[in-house]
Amino acid sequence: MPTTAPQPTVAPIIEVENVDFFYGPTQAIHGINLSFPRKQVTALIGPSGCGKSTLLRCFNRMNDLIDNIDVRGRITLNGDDIYAPTTDVIELRRRVGMVFQKSNPFPKSIYENTIYGLRIAGVKDKAVLDESVERSLKGAALWDEVKDRLHTSALGLSGGQMQRLCIARAIAVNPEVILMDEPCSALDPKSTARVEELIGELRKEFTIIIVTHNMQQAARVSDFTAFLYEGFLIEFGQTDKMFMKPKKKQTEDYITGRFG
Amino acid sequence: MRRNYWKIGEPWVWATGAALSVTLLIAVTLIAVIMVNGLGVFWPGKLQQLELKDGSKLLGELIQSEPVHRGEGLRRQYKIANRDLYGLDFRWIDETEILRADHPAAAIVLEREENGDFFGFLDAVQASGLELPAGAAPYAQLHAALDQVSVMKAAGHATDQQLSTASYRLEQLRRDQLKAEYQGVDPRSSSYQELLHEQERLKVDFEHLMKQQRKEQTNLRQYQATFSDANGRTSNIVLADIVQAYRPNQLAWHQQVIFYAAKLKELIVGEPRESNTEGGLFPAIFGTIMLIFTMSLFSFPLGVIAAIYLREYAREGVVVRVVRIAVNNLAGIPSIVYGIFGLGFFVYGIGSNIDKLFFPELLPTPTFGTGGILWASLTLALLTVPVVIVATEEALGAIPREFREGSLALGATRFQTLLRILLPMASPGIMTGLILAMARAAGEVAPLMITGVVKLAPALPIDGNFPFFHLDRKFMHLGFHIFDIGFQSPNVEAAKPMVFVTTLLLVLIVLAMSSLAIRLRNRMKKRYTFSTF
Repeated sequence: MPTTAPQPTVAPIIEVENVDFFYGPTQAIHGINLSFPRKQVTALIGPSGCGKSTLLRCFNRMNDLIDNIDVRGRITLNGDDIYAPTTDVIELRRRVGMVFQKSNPFPKSIYENTIYGLRIAGVKDKAVLDESVERSLKGAALWDEVKDRLHTSALGLSGGQMQRLCIARAIAVNPEVILMDEPCSALDPKSTARVEELIGELRKEFTIIIVTHNMQQAARVSDFTAFLYEGFLIEFGQTDKMFMKPKKKQTEDYITGRFG
Repeated sequence: MRRNYWKIGEPWVWATGAALSVTLLIAVTLIAVIMVNGLGVFWPGKLQQLELKDGSKLLGELIQSEPVHRGEGLRRQYKIANRDLYGLDFRWIDETEILRADHPAAAIVLEREENGDFFGFLDAVQASGLELPAGAAPYAQLHAALDQVSVMKAAGHATDQQLSTASYRLEQLRRDQLKAEYQGVDPRSSSYQELLHEQERLKVDFEHLMKQQRKEQTNLRQYQATFSDANGRTSNIVLADIVQAYRPNQLAWHQQVIFYAAKLKELIVGEPRESNTEGGLFPAIFGTIMLIFTMSLFSFPLGVIAAIYLREYAREGVVVRVVRIAVNNLAGIPSIVYGIFGLGFFVYGIGSNIDKLFFPELLPTPTFGTGGILWASLTLALLTVPVVIVATEEALGAIPREFREGSLALGATRFQTLLRILLPMASPGIMTGLILAMARAAGEVAPLMITGVVKLAPALPIDGNFPFFHLDRKFMHLGFHIFDIGFQSPNVEAAKPMVFVTTLLLVLIVLAMSSLAIRLRNRMKKRYTFSTF
């Protein structure tokens, strides 16, 4: 049962056409059609197990790590088919960065963490790396806190700082899209506020797709919202409109906290 | 109430504590037994002179006393030494037979090159060619003579050294000749003739050195001293045979400490004497450490790489599960089976083919086709590789998924992720595997016995002769040493102290190597795991 949704007016960067997703025999996503607008924040909301993380992980093919999966339909990034056999996954992942639920800085220095993406791409020029570290850490609002200890271990940072370091790491390679999978669920309210503030800054340069369980967060940070339920896209639209006046009963029930 | 007591689990907490205590107790007891018996061996014991009821006398060192079997009183065991005179080193005496006992100050102990110790008294020194302090006491004369003899012996050692170099070069030339003949070089060709000339020249040198050595020997053997045992039986002993002479009943405590330290030094740097029951253990220590290192060199990379394939690249399925079960079960195969496999596969299989390919001129004398340190290391590597594989797999599996994904999400390949993130993070666990593997290898004896360990190796596997590492050579090993002197020695009673000392050394070496590895692991742990959360 393919679901159609009103398309936003902004030019899309990622387009999802009739996508089904299977874990072995279990279908997790049912015929979703969706367009993600460029340089906007789109939130994916829905109860646990609704397929929002699975959908998110399709955009950088993180699902490839799991055995026995099957993706049908078409997902394009700037017109390039993500699941085409000719697609270079390494290249794709440089264009689509990701920030995870649990912050995962590598056991290296703050400096090395930030430029990890450049290092593995083979960048060796010290000036370029230095410049990238400063720009990325400033972009992730972490520079002032760590500029004096760039070469100490990243594992000594606080939870909120670690998550911002992961964001800095993601933006260091200049991706077109940043995926965020519940980036604040392990953070305290103060750190959450900082990350949300940061998302507001980042949307000037990047397209952001964020999965969240937190309705208020979705309402605060996103421009567009997609509500998924049991693998189906129920509703997609501008966040303020959707939260003020949801079109579907299920959306209203979820947003107002009647279930989920 | 009673039910509740069991439910809370209090008794189980006690049971876990008890289990730990028992384990600790066993380990501590074992170590204590080894320490007590091993550390005391070199302490100079006092010599006791006994007068017995039958009128004879006895001079010896008290070893132990125990109740007489089904009788009254105690019996004592004395080390009476003088194997050349009595045939036995030890004697049991009933306490009831003893009339009187004292510690004569003049009693002397000689450590000899042959026939074990001599316990007795010094009568006179016969050394006409040596400069002895005239009018001094015989004991002072003895030491003066011994000092001069040892200088001559050192000169003799230089000759020995030259002889062994000459014989090594002769052997090399013989090999070259064999090779030339095998390759069908014309016997009239200049290179072949040169070989023969060189050989002749060396042979002359060799004969000359032999003559010189013989002359030195006869010269040395003319210096003797007369000793008598407790009953007045005299015996002439060649000074060159005496390793050390001292009067234990006159040693002050600081002299005892110096004596102890000197013996300990001899143990670690000296060569074995008297079918290994006396002297040092250096070749065995060297062989043990080298064996463990060579083993690690093979088993560590092999195990880690195999584990990486199993965990990171192999598709999870029936085959991988079977392989994993097989690897785990490899650890349960008796080590002698590995030894037999090593003998059949490495020594007879690979070794004899190496000989056919590279050393055909020497056949039927095997070069690699016989046991050697290389084959023993490979056999042990095979034995320890499952430990490394299991540890590495566990370590890789224990890394949270986020790190793998974090790296891949930044555009890293699987190999980059492995090299830059996973392996460093798994390194403490991999090190644990290596420590276990090394400890296991250090304790193995059975597989070595058929793959290259010997009672007495003529040369170390590393020496100054090109190509320096002689992995085809046979070697000595502390574990085998324990078995050999403890059970295969002609004089087990006399070898007993050495068994404990060797055991202690082996335990200490394992301890030293694992503490080194553990320090390394802790440094890695500090670097690669979370300290704050």
